[in-house]
Amino acid sequence: MSDESRPPITMIHTPVRLEYTVTAGRHLSAYLRGIAQKRIVGGRCPSCKKVYLPPRGACPTCGVPAVEETQVADVGTITTFCVIRIPFDAAPFPPPYIAVAILLDGADMPIFHLLRGAEEARMGMRVRAVWVSDEELAPTLASIRWFEPTGEPDAAYDTIASHL
Amino acid sequence: MDSEVLSAPYVLEYTYTRSTGPVIGRFLTGLRDGRIGGARTGGGRVIVPPLEYDPDSGEAIGDFVEVGQEGVVTTWAREPGQQLAWALVRLDGADTAMLHLVDGMVAKGSRVRARWRAERTGSIRDIECFEVIA
Repeated sequence: MSDESRPPITMIHTPVRLEYTVTAGRHLSAYLRGIAQKRIVGGRCPSCKKVYLPPRGACPTCGVPAVEETQVADVGTITTFCVIRIPFDAAPFPPPYIAVAILLDGADMPIFHLLRGAEEARMGMRVRAVWVSDEELAPTLASIRWFEPTGEPDAAYDTIASHL
Repeated sequence: MDSEVLSAPYVLEYTYTRSTGPVIGRFLTGLRDGRIGGARTGGGRVIVPPLEYDPDSGEAIGDFVEVGQEGVVTTWAREPGQQLAWALVRLDGADTAMLHLVDGMVAKGSRVRARWRAERTGSIRDIECFEVIA
């Protein structure tokens, strides 16, 4: 017998869950191990001299091995950002919060992280890593809690223009 | 220096909510009412579960029809140690077979009947499984 008291089905929940084991590879492993020691290590291309972060062992532009490890700073410049206003299950904080792309000093690729301690983000804003305590350090980017403003004047657009 | 390659568990999860569209929506609404529906194509074939378009001609389907709650197992597979088998069941009145679970000593050609859940929500799981009757 039809149940007219309930509305017809128009939406269904179809969750998908995949459980992987991710293998980092040699160069990403070195990067993660460095982070456990509060060192951020990139890979320099011998041809174009760009420093890739995280290091992948090869330069995607030149197609040559890029195995030279080079340490970059835990201070850098915001190249772009996004204010998250929509809550979702895996959100690190209640919205609003700010996700940022940061060009660390000495690197040619921005990394993605969170910005705290600032009312707003700006392209060019100078930020520094806020690390977890030494006891909590582990080979994961979560060893950096978030980034916070250094208080320096914003970097000139020219310094990030070729990294956007 | 330690050169061991690191690895770690990584879970990818999407909590999708999908719109059913009119045809699957009607099929699921029927399941909630304890009925199994199909789509009759212009050529007269009955497709269960229903599709919005005839897979042969690409034309929009015609009538929405109700099919039987019993049918025939066309093929099946059982994981070792499991009571329930996966099976394709062609319901009476249908020309296609539907994937579902079958409880009992299943064989190709087994007659099966839908076992409904007491609490139905409008899901394919409203049919708990099919049970072998012959």
